[in-house]
Amino acid sequence: MFGDAIASIGASARWIAQEVGGILVLTGQVLRALVPPKLDTRELWKNLYKMGNKSVPIVVLTAFFAGGLMTLQTGPFVKKLGATSLAGWGAGYAVLREIGPILIALMFSGRVGANNTAELATMTVTEQLDGLRALAIDPVRFLIVPRVLAMMVMLVALTVIGDLVALLGAAIVGRYMLQIDWSTMYYSFADNLKPYDFLHGIYKSFAFGGAIAVASCYFGVTVRGGAVGVGRAVNASVVASAVSIMLLDFFITYLSA
Amino acid sequence: MPVEPAVRVDNVAKRYGRRSVLDGISLAVAPGTRLGLIGPAASGKSVLLKLICGLEQPTSGAIALLGTDVVGKREAELGDVRKRVGMLFQNYALFDFLTVAGNVRFPLERRGGLEPQIIAERVANRLRAVGLAGSEDKLTGELSGGMKKRVGIARATVADAELVIYDEPTAGLDPVTTQKIYDLLAADQQRTGATVVAVSSDVAALAQFVDEIAFLYRGTILYRGPAATIADAPDPLVRQFVRGELEGPLDEPGVPRLGSAAEGQRGVEDVR
Repeated sequence: MFGDAIASIGASARWIAQEVGGILVLTGQVLRALVPPKLDTRELWKNLYKMGNKSVPIVVLTAFFAGGLMTLQTGPFVKKLGATSLAGWGAGYAVLREIGPILIALMFSGRVGANNTAELATMTVTEQLDGLRALAIDPVRFLIVPRVLAMMVMLVALTVIGDLVALLGAAIVGRYMLQIDWSTMYYSFADNLKPYDFLHGIYKSFAFGGAIAVASCYFGVTVRGGAVGVGRAVNASVVASAVSIMLLDFFITYLSA
Repeated sequence: MPVEPAVRVDNVAKRYGRRSVLDGISLAVAPGTRLGLIGPAASGKSVLLKLICGLEQPTSGAIALLGTDVVGKREAELGDVRKRVGMLFQNYALFDFLTVAGNVRFPLERRGGLEPQIIAERVANRLRAVGLAGSEDKLTGELSGGMKKRVGIARATVADAELVIYDEPTAGLDPVTTQKIYDLLAADQQRTGATVVAVSSDVAALAQFVDEIAFLYRGTILYRGPAATIADAPDPLVRQFVRGELEGPLDEPGVPRLGSAAEGQRGVEDVR
Protein backbone atom coordinates (compact mmCIF):
# COMPACT_ATOMS: atom_id res chain seq x y z
CA MET A 1 0.00 0.00 0.00
CA PHE A 2 2.81 2.36 0.88
CA GLY A 3 4.55 1.38 -2.35
CA ASP A 4 1.37 2.12 -4.31
CA ALA A 5 1.16 5.56 -2.72
CA ILE A 6 4.76 6.33 -3.62
CA ALA A 7 4.20 5.07 -7.16
CA SER A 8 1.10 7.24 -7.46
CA ILE A 9 2.95 10.33 -6.23
CA GLY A 10 5.79 9.57 -8.62
CA ALA A 11 3.42 9.14 -11.55
CA SER A 12 1.69 12.42 -10.71
CA ALA A 13 5.01 14.24 -10.40
CA ARG A 14 6.11 12.85 -13.75
CA TRP A 15 2.83 13.92 -15.36
CA ILE A 16 3.15 17.44 -13.95
CA ALA A 17 6.75 17.69 -15.15
CA GLN A 18 5.71 16.47 -18.58
CA GLU A 19 2.90 19.00 -18.86
CA VAL A 20 5.01 21.89 -17.55
CA GLY A 21 7.74 20.94 -20.04
CA GLY A 22 5.21 20.83 -22.85
CA ILE A 23 3.84 24.23 -21.90
CA LEU A 24 7.34 25.70 -21.88
CA VAL A 25 8.03 24.18 -25.32
CA LEU A 26 4.83 25.73 -26.67
CA THR A 27 5.77 29.07 -25.11
CA GLY A 28 9.09 28.89 -26.94
CA GLN A 29 7.32 28.10 -30.21
CA VAL A 30 4.98 31.06 -29.74
CA LEU A 31 7.89 33.42 -28.98
CA ARG A 32 9.80 32.11 -32.03
CA ALA A 33 6.73 32.63 -34.20
CA LEU A 34 6.68 36.29 -33.10
CA VAL A 35 10.14 36.89 -34.59
CA PRO A 36 9.45 38.22 -37.14
CA PRO A 37 5.82 38.91 -36.21
CA LYS A 38 4.00 37.47 -39.22
CA LEU A 39 0.47 37.28 -37.89
CA ASP A 40 -2.81 36.30 -39.43
CA THR A 41 -4.50 39.61 -38.71
CA ARG A 42 -7.96 38.28 -39.56
CA GLU A 43 -7.62 35.60 -36.89
CA LEU A 44 -6.23 38.16 -34.45
CA TRP A 45 -9.15 40.58 -34.85
CA LYS A 46 -11.65 37.76 -34.67
CA ASN A 47 -10.16 36.55 -31.39
CA LEU A 48 -9.86 40.04 -29.93
CA TYR A 49 -13.59 40.52 -30.48
CA LYS A 50 -14.60 37.06 -29.30
CA MET A 51 -12.45 37.10 -26.18
CA GLY A 52 -12.84 40.75 -25.27
CA ASN A 53 -16.19 42.21 -26.21
CA LYS A 54 -18.17 39.19 -25.17
CA SER A 55 -16.45 39.00 -21.78
CA VAL A 56 -17.29 42.57 -20.74
CA PRO A 57 -20.67 41.82 -19.11
CA ILE A 58 -19.37 39.08 -16.82
CA VAL A 59 -16.27 41.09 -15.92
CA VAL A 60 -18.37 44.14 -15.08
CA LEU A 61 -20.62 42.03 -12.86
CA THR A 62 -17.68 40.37 -11.11
CA ALA A 63 -15.79 43.62 -10.61
CA PHE A 64 -18.82 45.55 -9.33
CA PHE A 65 -19.48 43.02 -6.59
CA ALA A 66 -15.77 42.64 -5.81
CA GLY A 67 -15.50 46.37 -5.15
CA GLY A 68 -18.72 46.38 -3.16
CA LEU A 69 -17.58 43.42 -1.08
CA MET A 70 -14.29 45.09 -0.15
CA THR A 71 -16.17 48.14 1.07
CA LEU A 72 -18.63 45.98 3.02
CA GLN A 73 -15.74 44.14 4.68
CA THR A 74 -13.59 47.15 5.52
CA GLY A 75 -16.22 49.85 5.95
CA PRO A 76 -17.53 48.91 9.44
CA PHE A 77 -14.00 48.83 10.84
CA VAL A 78 -12.92 52.19 9.45
CA LYS A 79 -16.19 53.75 10.66
CA LYS A 80 -15.66 52.30 14.13
CA LEU A 81 -12.15 53.76 14.20
CA GLY A 82 -13.35 57.09 12.84
CA ALA A 83 -11.19 56.69 9.77
CA THR A 84 -13.92 56.96 7.18
CA SER A 85 -11.55 58.85 4.91
CA LEU A 86 -9.65 55.58 4.44
CA ALA A 87 -12.68 53.50 3.43
CA GLY A 88 -12.14 54.11 -0.29
CA TRP A 89 -8.44 53.51 -0.03
CA GLY A 90 -8.87 50.21 1.78
CA ALA A 91 -11.30 48.83 -0.78
CA GLY A 92 -9.45 50.35 -3.73
CA TYR A 93 -6.02 49.13 -2.66
CA ALA A 94 -7.22 45.54 -2.29
CA VAL A 95 -9.19 45.62 -5.54
CA LEU A 96 -6.56 47.26 -7.73
CA ARG A 97 -3.61 45.23 -6.52
CA GLU A 98 -5.11 41.82 -5.80
CA ILE A 99 -8.81 41.07 -5.87
CA GLY A 100 -9.57 42.70 -9.19
CA PRO A 101 -6.81 41.09 -11.28
CA ILE A 102 -7.26 37.67 -9.65
CA LEU A 103 -11.04 37.48 -9.86
CA ILE A 104 -11.14 38.84 -13.38
CA ALA A 105 -8.40 36.42 -14.45
CA LEU A 106 -10.21 33.47 -12.89
CA MET A 107 -13.45 34.49 -14.58
CA PHE A 108 -11.55 34.93 -17.86
CA SER A 109 -9.95 31.52 -17.49
CA GLY A 110 -13.29 29.86 -16.86
CA ARG A 111 -14.96 31.57 -19.77
CA VAL A 112 -12.37 32.32 -22.42
CA GLY A 113 -9.64 29.87 -21.48
CA ALA A 114 -11.99 26.91 -21.23
CA ASN A 115 -13.69 27.83 -24.51
CA ASN A 116 -10.31 28.19 -26.20
CA THR A 117 -9.22 24.75 -25.00
CA ALA A 118 -12.48 23.18 -26.15
CA GLU A 119 -12.19 24.78 -29.59
CA LEU A 120 -8.59 23.75 -30.14
CA ALA A 121 -9.20 20.29 -28.72
CA THR A 122 -12.13 19.74 -31.05
CA MET A 123 -10.03 20.92 -33.98
CA THR A 124 -7.30 18.49 -32.96
CA VAL A 125 -9.54 15.42 -32.64
CA THR A 126 -11.24 16.22 -35.97
CA GLU A 127 -7.81 16.48 -37.66
CA GLN A 128 -8.26 20.14 -38.59
CA LEU A 129 -4.76 20.88 -37.29
CA ASP A 130 -3.43 18.13 -39.57
CA GLY A 131 -5.46 19.70 -42.36
CA LEU A 132 -3.68 23.02 -41.76
CA ARG A 133 -0.27 21.34 -41.69
CA ALA A 134 -1.06 19.48 -44.92
CA LEU A 135 -1.74 22.89 -46.50
CA ALA A 136 1.71 24.08 -45.33
CA ILE A 137 0.17 26.31 -42.66
CA ASP A 138 1.88 26.37 -39.28
CA PRO A 139 -0.90 25.93 -36.68
CA VAL A 140 1.19 27.81 -34.10
CA ARG A 141 1.42 30.95 -36.26
CA PHE A 142 -2.09 30.69 -37.64
CA LEU A 143 -4.13 29.60 -34.64
CA ILE A 144 -2.17 29.82 -31.43
CA VAL A 145 -0.23 33.09 -31.67
CA PRO A 146 -3.34 35.20 -32.46
CA ARG A 147 -5.14 33.60 -29.53
CA VAL A 148 -2.26 34.15 -27.12
CA LEU A 149 -1.92 37.80 -28.11
CA ALA A 150 -5.66 38.38 -28.02
CA MET A 151 -5.98 36.84 -24.56
CA MET A 152 -3.10 38.85 -23.12
CA VAL A 153 -4.29 42.14 -24.59
CA MET A 154 -7.92 41.57 -23.71
CA LEU A 155 -7.30 40.50 -20.13
CA VAL A 156 -5.39 43.72 -19.53
CA ALA A 157 -8.18 45.73 -21.14
CA LEU A 158 -10.82 43.90 -19.15
CA THR A 159 -8.86 44.46 -15.95
CA VAL A 160 -8.76 48.21 -16.63
CA ILE A 161 -12.53 48.20 -17.16
CA GLY A 162 -12.97 45.96 -14.14
CA ASP A 163 -10.88 48.24 -11.92
CA LEU A 164 -13.02 51.25 -12.78
CA VAL A 165 -16.24 49.33 -12.24
CA ALA A 166 -14.92 47.93 -8.96
CA LEU A 167 -14.18 51.41 -7.63
CA LEU A 168 -17.68 52.45 -8.69
CA GLY A 169 -19.11 49.42 -6.91
CA ALA A 170 -17.12 50.29 -3.80
CA ALA A 171 -18.45 53.84 -3.87
CA ILE A 172 -22.08 52.77 -4.41
CA VAL A 173 -21.98 50.24 -1.56
CA GLY A 174 -20.20 52.78 0.65
CA ARG A 175 -22.87 55.41 -0.04
CA TYR A 176 -26.03 53.32 0.19
CA MET A 177 -25.10 50.63 2.69
CA LEU A 178 -22.58 52.33 4.97
CA GLN A 179 -23.68 55.95 4.52
CA ILE A 180 -20.26 57.11 3.45
CA ASP A 181 -20.87 60.02 1.13
CA TRP A 182 -19.60 60.25 -2.44
CA SER A 183 -17.02 62.96 -1.80
CA THR A 184 -15.47 61.03 1.09
CA MET A 185 -15.08 57.96 -1.09
CA TYR A 186 -13.81 59.97 -4.04
CA TYR A 187 -11.16 61.81 -2.05
CA SER A 188 -10.21 58.60 -0.29
CA PHE A 189 -9.46 57.07 -3.71
CA ALA A 190 -7.79 60.15 -5.17
CA ASP A 191 -5.63 61.09 -2.18
CA ASN A 192 -4.42 57.64 -1.19
CA LEU A 193 -4.34 55.40 -4.26
CA LYS A 194 -1.20 55.78 -6.36
CA PRO A 195 -0.80 55.09 -10.08
CA TYR A 196 1.53 52.25 -9.14
CA ASP A 197 -1.32 50.51 -7.28
CA PHE A 198 -3.21 50.43 -10.56
CA LEU A 199 -0.14 49.41 -12.62
CA HIS A 200 0.73 46.65 -10.19
CA GLY A 201 -2.56 45.00 -11.03
CA ILE A 202 -2.03 45.53 -14.74
CA TYR A 203 1.39 43.84 -14.68
CA LYS A 204 -0.25 40.88 -13.01
CA SER A 205 -3.04 40.79 -15.58
CA PHE A 206 -0.51 40.70 -18.37
CA ALA A 207 1.24 37.74 -16.77
CA PHE A 208 -2.05 36.02 -15.96
CA GLY A 209 -3.19 36.46 -19.55
CA GLY A 210 -0.04 34.83 -20.85
CA ALA A 211 -0.39 31.90 -18.45
CA ILE A 212 -4.06 31.32 -19.26
CA ALA A 213 -3.39 31.62 -22.98
CA VAL A 214 -0.50 29.19 -23.16
CA ALA A 215 -2.08 26.67 -20.80
CA SER A 216 -5.41 26.69 -22.62
CA CYS A 217 -3.74 26.34 -26.03
CA TYR A 218 -1.41 23.59 -24.82
CA PHE A 219 -4.13 21.38 -23.40
CA GLY A 220 -6.22 21.98 -26.50
CA VAL A 221 -3.62 20.85 -29.03
CA THR A 222 -2.34 17.88 -27.00
CA VAL A 223 -5.75 16.31 -26.45
CA ARG A 224 -6.16 12.56 -26.91
CA GLY A 225 -9.26 10.43 -26.90
CA GLY A 226 -12.21 12.10 -28.63
CA ALA A 227 -15.04 13.76 -26.72
CA VAL A 228 -13.93 12.43 -23.35
CA GLY A 229 -10.46 13.76 -24.02
CA VAL A 230 -11.87 17.20 -24.84
CA GLY A 231 -13.62 17.31 -21.48
CA ARG A 232 -10.45 16.25 -19.67
CA ALA A 233 -8.44 18.85 -21.56
CA VAL A 234 -10.81 21.65 -20.57
CA ASN A 235 -10.69 20.57 -16.94
CA ALA A 236 -6.89 20.41 -16.95
CA SER A 237 -6.70 23.81 -18.63
CA VAL A 238 -8.87 25.53 -16.04
CA VAL A 239 -7.03 23.93 -13.12
CA ALA A 240 -3.60 24.71 -14.58
CA SER A 241 -4.63 28.29 -15.26
CA ALA A 242 -5.92 28.77 -11.72
CA VAL A 243 -2.74 27.35 -10.19
CA SER A 244 -0.61 29.51 -12.50
CA ILE A 245 -2.57 32.62 -11.52
CA MET A 246 -2.01 32.00 -7.81
CA LEU A 247 1.69 31.20 -8.25
CA LEU A 248 2.31 34.20 -10.47
CA ASP A 249 0.40 36.46 -8.11
CA PHE A 250 2.52 35.34 -5.20
CA PHE A 251 5.84 35.77 -6.98
CA ILE A 252 4.99 39.10 -8.60
CA THR A 253 3.80 40.47 -5.26
CA TYR A 254 6.90 39.15 -3.49
CA LEU A 255 9.31 40.51 -6.09
CA SER A 256 7.71 43.92 -6.16
CA ALA A 257 7.47 44.28 -2.38
CA MET B 1 18.23 8.16 -66.85
CA PRO B 2 16.12 6.79 -63.98
CA VAL B 3 13.12 8.91 -63.05
CA GLU B 4 12.84 10.00 -59.41
CA PRO B 5 9.64 8.55 -57.96
CA ALA B 6 7.01 11.02 -56.82
CA VAL B 7 6.71 9.01 -53.61
CA ARG B 8 9.47 6.79 -52.26
CA VAL B 9 9.04 4.81 -49.06
CA ASP B 10 12.11 2.83 -47.97
CA ASN B 11 11.77 0.15 -45.29
CA VAL B 12 9.49 2.24 -43.12
CA ALA B 13 8.24 1.02 -39.76
CA LYS B 14 5.81 2.74 -37.42
CA ARG B 15 5.15 1.78 -33.83
CA TYR B 16 2.91 3.38 -31.21
CA GLY B 17 4.43 2.26 -27.96
CA ARG B 18 4.67 -1.50 -28.24
CA ARG B 19 2.06 -1.73 -31.01
CA SER B 20 3.54 -2.16 -34.47
CA VAL B 21 1.35 -0.68 -37.21
CA LEU B 22 3.73 -0.74 -40.17
CA ASP B 23 6.67 -3.10 -40.51
CA GLY B 24 9.24 -2.70 -43.26
CA ILE B 25 7.08 -1.01 -45.89
CA SER B 26 8.80 -0.14 -49.16
CA LEU B 27 7.12 1.27 -52.22
CA ALA B 28 7.66 3.80 -54.96
CA VAL B 29 5.10 5.62 -57.05
CA ALA B 30 6.21 6.83 -60.45
CA PRO B 31 5.30 10.38 -61.42
CA GLY B 32 2.00 10.72 -63.22
CA THR B 33 0.71 7.30 -62.16
CA ARG B 34 -2.14 6.29 -59.87
CA LEU B 35 -1.62 3.83 -57.04
CA GLY B 36 -4.45 2.38 -54.98
CA LEU B 37 -3.97 1.09 -51.44
CA ILE B 38 -6.37 -1.46 -50.04
CA GLY B 39 -6.41 -3.67 -46.99
CA PRO B 40 -8.49 -4.72 -44.00
CA ALA B 41 -9.49 -2.17 -41.39
CA ALA B 42 -6.63 -1.06 -39.12
CA SER B 43 -3.98 -2.38 -41.51
CA GLY B 44 -2.15 0.98 -41.45
CA LYS B 45 -3.34 2.57 -44.70
CA SER B 46 -4.19 5.99 -43.24
CA VAL B 47 -1.04 5.92 -41.11
CA LEU B 48 1.02 5.30 -44.24
CA LEU B 49 -0.62 8.26 -45.98
CA LYS B 50 0.15 10.52 -43.02
CA LEU B 51 3.75 9.34 -42.97
CA ILE B 52 4.07 10.10 -46.69
CA CYS B 53 2.88 13.68 -46.05
CA GLY B 54 5.18 14.11 -43.08
CA LEU B 55 2.21 14.59 -40.73
CA GLU B 56 3.68 11.81 -38.62
CA GLN B 57 7.23 10.57 -38.38
CA PRO B 58 8.16 6.90 -38.93
CA THR B 59 9.86 4.94 -36.20
CA SER B 60 12.48 3.97 -38.78
CA GLY B 61 13.04 4.17 -42.51
CA ALA B 62 13.11 6.92 -45.10
CA ILE B 63 10.41 8.69 -47.08
CA ALA B 64 10.84 11.10 -49.97
CA LEU B 65 7.99 13.16 -51.34
CA LEU B 66 8.47 14.76 -54.77
CA GLY B 67 12.21 14.42 -54.30
CA THR B 68 12.27 15.90 -50.78
CA ASP B 69 13.09 13.82 -47.71
CA VAL B 70 10.32 14.27 -45.15
CA VAL B 71 11.76 12.26 -42.26
CA GLY B 72 13.28 14.20 -39.37
CA LYS B 73 12.37 17.57 -40.85
CA ARG B 74 10.85 20.51 -38.95
CA GLU B 75 7.43 21.78 -39.97
CA ALA B 76 8.89 24.90 -41.57
CA GLU B 77 11.16 22.76 -43.77
CA LEU B 78 8.19 20.79 -45.14
CA GLY B 79 6.21 23.85 -46.19
CA ASP B 80 7.47 24.03 -49.77
CA VAL B 81 6.83 20.39 -50.60
CA ARG B 82 3.43 20.38 -48.89
CA LYS B 83 2.33 23.24 -51.13
CA ARG B 84 2.72 20.83 -54.04
CA VAL B 85 0.49 18.19 -52.44
CA GLY B 86 -3.27 17.96 -52.07
CA MET B 87 -4.77 15.67 -49.44
CA LEU B 88 -8.22 14.37 -48.69
CA PHE B 89 -8.48 13.08 -45.11
CA GLN B 90 -10.57 10.08 -44.15
CA ASN B 91 -12.55 12.18 -41.65
CA TYR B 92 -12.58 15.23 -43.95
CA ALA B 93 -10.57 17.59 -41.65
CA LEU B 94 -12.75 20.47 -42.85
CA PHE B 95 -12.26 23.76 -41.05
CA ASP B 96 -15.42 24.39 -39.07
CA PHE B 97 -14.60 28.09 -38.75
CA LEU B 98 -15.04 28.49 -42.54
CA THR B 99 -17.95 28.03 -44.92
CA VAL B 100 -17.93 25.50 -47.74
CA ALA B 101 -16.55 28.08 -50.16
CA GLY B 102 -14.10 29.30 -47.52
CA ASN B 103 -12.72 25.79 -47.11
CA VAL B 104 -12.19 25.34 -50.84
CA ARG B 105 -10.77 28.85 -51.25
CA PHE B 106 -8.35 28.44 -48.33
CA PRO B 107 -5.46 26.63 -50.10
CA LEU B 108 -5.50 29.11 -53.00
CA GLU B 109 -5.52 32.14 -50.69
CA ARG B 110 -2.74 30.73 -48.57
CA ARG B 111 -0.47 29.94 -51.50
CA GLY B 112 -0.95 33.44 -52.92
CA GLY B 113 -0.21 34.67 -56.44
CA LEU B 114 -3.78 34.53 -57.74
CA GLU B 115 -6.24 37.35 -58.27
CA PRO B 116 -9.37 37.16 -56.09
CA GLN B 117 -11.54 36.87 -59.18
CA ILE B 118 -9.56 33.89 -60.45
CA ILE B 119 -9.79 32.28 -57.03
CA ALA B 120 -13.55 32.83 -56.95
CA GLU B 121 -13.93 31.28 -60.42
CA ARG B 122 -11.88 28.22 -59.55
CA VAL B 123 -13.78 27.71 -56.31
CA ALA B 124 -17.13 28.00 -58.10
CA ASN B 125 -16.00 25.57 -60.81
CA ARG B 126 -14.75 23.07 -58.28
CA LEU B 127 -17.93 23.17 -56.22
CA ARG B 128 -20.02 22.77 -59.36
CA ALA B 129 -17.87 19.79 -60.41
CA VAL B 130 -18.47 17.99 -57.10
CA GLY B 131 -22.19 18.81 -57.12
CA LEU B 132 -22.18 21.43 -54.38
CA ALA B 133 -23.13 24.56 -56.32
CA GLY B 134 -25.51 26.51 -54.10
CA SER B 135 -23.91 25.29 -50.84
CA GLU B 136 -21.14 27.90 -50.78
CA ASP B 137 -22.32 29.69 -47.66
CA LYS B 138 -23.13 26.65 -45.56
CA LEU B 139 -21.03 25.89 -42.54
CA THR B 140 -19.51 22.44 -42.31
CA GLY B 141 -21.73 21.54 -39.39
CA GLU B 142 -24.76 21.80 -41.67
CA LEU B 143 -23.45 19.24 -44.16
CA SER B 144 -24.10 15.53 -44.47
CA GLY B 145 -21.16 13.12 -44.47
CA GLY B 146 -21.28 12.78 -48.23
CA MET B 147 -21.32 16.55 -48.70
CA LYS B 148 -18.36 16.93 -46.36
CA LYS B 149 -16.48 14.34 -48.38
CA ARG B 150 -17.13 16.30 -51.58
CA VAL B 151 -15.98 19.55 -49.98
CA GLY B 152 -12.81 17.74 -48.94
CA ILE B 153 -12.27 16.53 -52.51
CA ALA B 154 -12.83 20.04 -53.86
CA ARG B 155 -10.31 21.45 -51.39
CA ALA B 156 -7.73 18.75 -52.17
CA THR B 157 -7.96 19.30 -55.94
CA VAL B 158 -8.58 23.05 -56.32
CA ALA B 159 -4.88 23.96 -56.41
CA ASP B 160 -3.87 21.44 -59.16
CA ALA B 161 -1.27 19.80 -56.94
CA GLU B 162 1.54 17.62 -58.33
CA LEU B 163 0.66 14.83 -55.91
CA VAL B 164 -2.84 14.17 -54.65
CA ILE B 165 -3.58 11.79 -51.81
CA TYR B 166 -7.11 10.54 -51.28
CA ASP B 167 -8.09 8.71 -48.11
CA GLU B 168 -11.47 7.09 -48.83
CA PRO B 169 -12.64 9.55 -51.51
CA THR B 170 -16.04 7.95 -51.99
CA ALA B 171 -16.94 6.71 -48.51
CA GLY B 172 -20.51 7.69 -47.71
CA LEU B 173 -21.41 8.45 -51.33
CA ASP B 174 -24.09 6.70 -53.35
CA PRO B 175 -23.00 4.59 -56.35
CA VAL B 176 -23.91 7.22 -58.95
CA THR B 177 -22.07 10.00 -57.11
CA THR B 178 -19.15 7.62 -56.56
CA GLN B 179 -18.83 7.09 -60.29
CA LYS B 180 -19.10 10.83 -60.96
CA ILE B 181 -16.40 11.56 -58.41
CA TYR B 182 -14.01 9.00 -59.86
CA ASP B 183 -14.69 10.34 -63.37
CA LEU B 184 -13.89 13.83 -62.07
CA LEU B 185 -10.70 12.69 -60.33
CA ALA B 186 -9.61 10.83 -63.46
CA ALA B 187 -10.24 13.86 -65.67
CA ASP B 188 -8.33 16.08 -63.22
CA GLN B 189 -5.39 13.71 -63.20
CA GLN B 190 -5.28 13.51 -66.97
CA ARG B 191 -5.40 17.29 -67.22
CA THR B 192 -2.71 18.00 -64.62
CA GLY B 193 -0.53 14.87 -64.90
CA ALA B 194 -0.53 14.62 -61.13
CA THR B 195 0.55 11.53 -59.23
CA VAL B 196 -2.26 9.96 -57.24
CA VAL B 197 -2.27 7.71 -54.18
CA ALA B 198 -5.75 6.61 -53.16
CA VAL B 199 -7.02 4.48 -50.30
CA SER B 200 -10.48 3.03 -50.64
CA SER B 201 -12.65 0.24 -49.30
CA ASP B 202 -14.63 0.24 -52.55
CA VAL B 203 -12.17 -1.92 -54.42
CA ALA B 204 -14.25 -2.30 -57.57
CA ALA B 205 -14.61 1.44 -58.11
CA LEU B 206 -11.01 2.08 -57.10
CA ALA B 207 -9.75 -0.52 -59.57
CA GLN B 208 -11.34 1.42 -62.42
CA PHE B 209 -9.57 4.61 -61.35
CA VAL B 210 -6.01 3.55 -60.51
CA ASP B 211 -3.26 1.84 -62.52
CA GLU B 212 -1.95 -0.40 -59.75
CA ILE B 213 -3.22 -1.61 -56.42
CA ALA B 214 -1.11 -2.53 -53.39
CA PHE B 215 -2.58 -4.72 -50.65
CA LEU B 216 -1.56 -3.79 -47.12
CA TYR B 217 -1.91 -6.54 -44.56
CA ARG B 218 -0.65 -6.64 -40.97
CA GLY B 219 1.74 -3.76 -41.56
CA THR B 220 3.38 -4.94 -44.76
CA ILE B 221 2.62 -4.77 -48.46
CA LEU B 222 1.63 -8.28 -49.29
CA TYR B 223 0.93 -7.76 -52.98
CA ARG B 224 1.18 -5.14 -55.67
CA GLY B 225 -0.15 -5.55 -59.17
CA PRO B 226 -2.29 -4.17 -62.00
CA ALA B 227 -5.65 -2.85 -60.84
CA ALA B 228 -7.53 -4.46 -63.73
CA THR B 229 -6.66 -7.98 -62.59
CA ILE B 230 -6.68 -7.52 -58.80
CA ALA B 231 -9.62 -9.86 -58.38
CA ASP B 232 -7.53 -12.67 -59.90
CA ALA B 233 -4.38 -11.93 -57.90
CA PRO B 234 -2.26 -15.04 -57.27
CA ASP B 235 -2.37 -14.44 -53.51
CA PRO B 236 -5.46 -16.09 -51.92
CA LEU B 237 -5.58 -13.47 -49.15
CA VAL B 238 -5.87 -10.71 -51.73
CA ARG B 239 -8.46 -12.64 -53.76
CA GLN B 240 -10.58 -13.26 -50.66
CA PHE B 241 -10.46 -9.59 -49.64
CA VAL B 242 -11.19 -8.20 -53.09
CA ARG B 243 -14.01 -10.64 -53.79
CA GLY B 244 -15.49 -10.18 -50.31
CA GLU B 245 -15.52 -13.90 -49.58
CA LEU B 246 -16.27 -14.92 -46.01
CA GLU B 247 -14.26 -18.11 -46.11
CA GLY B 248 -10.54 -18.01 -46.61
CA PRO B 249 -7.15 -17.40 -45.02
CA LEU B 250 -7.79 -13.74 -44.13
CA ASP B 251 -7.32 -13.05 -40.41
CA GLU B 252 -6.73 -16.67 -39.51
CA PRO B 253 -4.14 -16.67 -36.69
CA GLY B 254 -0.74 -18.01 -37.63
CA VAL B 255 -1.32 -17.76 -41.39
CA PRO B 256 2.10 -17.47 -43.00
CA ARG B 257 2.56 -14.41 -45.20
CA LEU B 258 2.31 -15.57 -48.78
CA GLY B 259 4.32 -13.79 -51.50
CA SER B 260 7.85 -12.60 -50.96
CA ALA B 261 9.02 -9.10 -50.10
CA ALA B 262 10.13 -8.80 -53.73
CA GLU B 263 6.45 -9.06 -54.78
CA GLY B 264 5.56 -5.98 -52.76
CA GLN B 265 8.57 -4.09 -54.05
CA ARG B 266 8.04 -4.87 -57.72
CA GLY B 267 6.96 -1.28 -58.34
CA VAL B 268 10.28 -0.01 -56.95
CA GLU B 269 12.29 -1.95 -59.55
CA ASP B 270 9.95 -0.78 -62.32
CA VAL B 271 10.55 2.88 -61.45
CA ARG B 272 14.27 2.49 -60.86
